[in-house]
Amino acid sequence: MAISKEEVIHIAKLADLNLSEDEIEKYTKDMQEILEFANRINNVDTSEMTETIAANEKSNVFRKDEVVKFENREVLLSNAPSQDEGMFRIPKVLN
Amino acid sequence: MAREDYEVVIGLEVHCELSTKTKIFCSCSTEFGGEPNTHCCPICMAMPGTLPVLNEKVVEYAVKAGLATNCSIEKNSKNDRKNYFYPDNPKSYQISQYDKPLCYDGYVTIETEEGEKKIRIERIHIEEDAGKLNHDEYGRGSFVDLNRAGVPLIEVVSKPDLRSAKEAESYMRKLKSIFEYIEISDCKMEQGSLRADVNVSVRKKGSKEFGTRTEMKNMNSFRNIVRAIEYETERQIDEIENGNEIMQESLRWDEISGRTFPMRDKEDADDYRYFPEPDLVSIKLSDEYINKIKNELPELPESRRKRYIDDYNLTEKAANFVTSSKYYSNLFEEAVEICKNPKTVGNLIMSDIARILNEREEEPDSLKFTGKELGELVTLIDKGTISSSIAKKVLEELFNEVKMPSKIIEEKGWVQISDENAIKEVVEKVLDANPQSVSDYKAGKDKALGFLVGQAMKETKGKANPQMLNKLFLEELKKGE
Ligand SMILES: [Zn+2]
Repeated sequence: MAISKEEVIHIAKLADLNLSEDEIEKYTKDMQEILEFANRINNVDTSEMTETIAANEKSNVFRKDEVVKFENREVLLSNAPSQDEGMFRIPKVLN
Repeated sequence: MAREDYEVVIGLEVHCELSTKTKIFCSCSTEFGGEPNTHCCPICMAMPGTLPVLNEKVVEYAVKAGLATNCSIEKNSKNDRKNYFYPDNPKSYQISQYDKPLCYDGYVTIETEEGEKKIRIERIHIEEDAGKLNHDEYGRGSFVDLNRAGVPLIEVVSKPDLRSAKEAESYMRKLKSIFEYIEISDCKMEQGSLRADVNVSVRKKGSKEFGTRTEMKNMNSFRNIVRAIEYETERQIDEIENGNEIMQESLRWDEISGRTFPMRDKEDADDYRYFPEPDLVSIKLSDEYINKIKNELPELPESRRKRYIDDYNLTEKAANFVTSSKYYSNLFEEAVEICKNPKTVGNLIMSDIARILNEREEEPDSLKFTGKELGELVTLIDKGTISSSIAKKVLEELFNEVKMPSKIIEEKGWVQISDENAIKEVVEKVLDANPQSVSDYKAGKDKALGFLVGQAMKETKGKANPQMLNKLFLEELKKGE
């Protein structure tokens, strides 16, 4: 399976990354290698195995439905570049 | 090709906020309203290093929803990450479910003009809601409130089985009613706790292939869903008739102009690069767990409907109507318990109560009085204390202020006049005042009697016992023969 330059550009766009020509070149090659590495797994015979749905073997870690109030709004907003009336202020979003 | 040669194909993705006390992955309150960003913590604000922990009630409620809609339950389920950038989505991904939804392959039954129809449900999965963006008219920017971010949702995805706007509405009403019965959501559409993405396509009748579909997101009233589907159906037929192709796209429904507009976003919108959520472990459900929830489900509308027909002798129509909402159905049962007259209670709900709600543009969940008041009202009718026309006035009063009907009629002086002498007096007065009607009646015009009774009712402000009035008029009119 070969990865094209266009696919790299598409993936970069989805990840909101601006890549230079050189970077596109480099990542096309890198991603090709990653894919080839990952592809080795496809060649493993799994016909006798049960399906794995998560990497972690644990299951059912749950929380009780009980409210715990986090009282400090100021600290939550403290890293915001801009805020107003207890809200994050961001550039205008058109809907 | 004529318009009748086309058919519309509709599928709904219904989002329903669950009425758990806390959010899906943190212990913040889910309460609606509240000062901006006060129902938030480092987890739902996506601070680096925080980890989600799944709320057990969310799983329980989703399984309830699945069982109540005839779904199979996935015993080996998990969460997945859906990646997209938007300012209301603080993590830049939403934790949802992809290939192992908690519930799959269900259906609900709706009533159509051609009888009952099964609408298949492909899947129900759990996910987190997004925050809210507020805009200001001065263009100073947009403002992000994350109180709603992380509120648990189920998304119910139907198969494209709906064939008209009306069917889509019935289906959505059915889901709303079921979720109210099993008490997993308050289903308040005006607060956004029940909303739908609507997929619409058209095709030639009899064709097996689907046409290209468009999607209208976040529709939050029955009226807008119906209008948007009707508009979009016509628009797509027009496009095809004019030789144009339908573009697969997301549309925005504008309720003011009553039109749809393309959303000028992201052509890659559907490329979400799902992958298993590494911060959460899998969800494994035992038969024991599933059966326990199944056994604890309350009685569902379908079963109540049958019971009302079999045990209470309600008509099919009345039974359908009364069970269409948990609020009607509970009101009905409470009132019947008191007055033992299911027929009259059913009729009052179906005609008068529904009409008044409609006039007030309210839904049954806003009813303030209970079966206690309604039951007494029907008892008062049955005992002859008030006439049915006074009963309607008492109902109107109950919408304004909840009081016992006996108290209302006492305060308003609405007790029915059943004293024969008092009524006879009125009858004589009306006969004297309307000699023309008297001779009309004697000349064979039976309608004149109705007029005379009406005059007597007017005279007594609706308080005269109607059977007695009729009887006395007939006696008096026969005297002269
Ligand atoms: Zn939180």
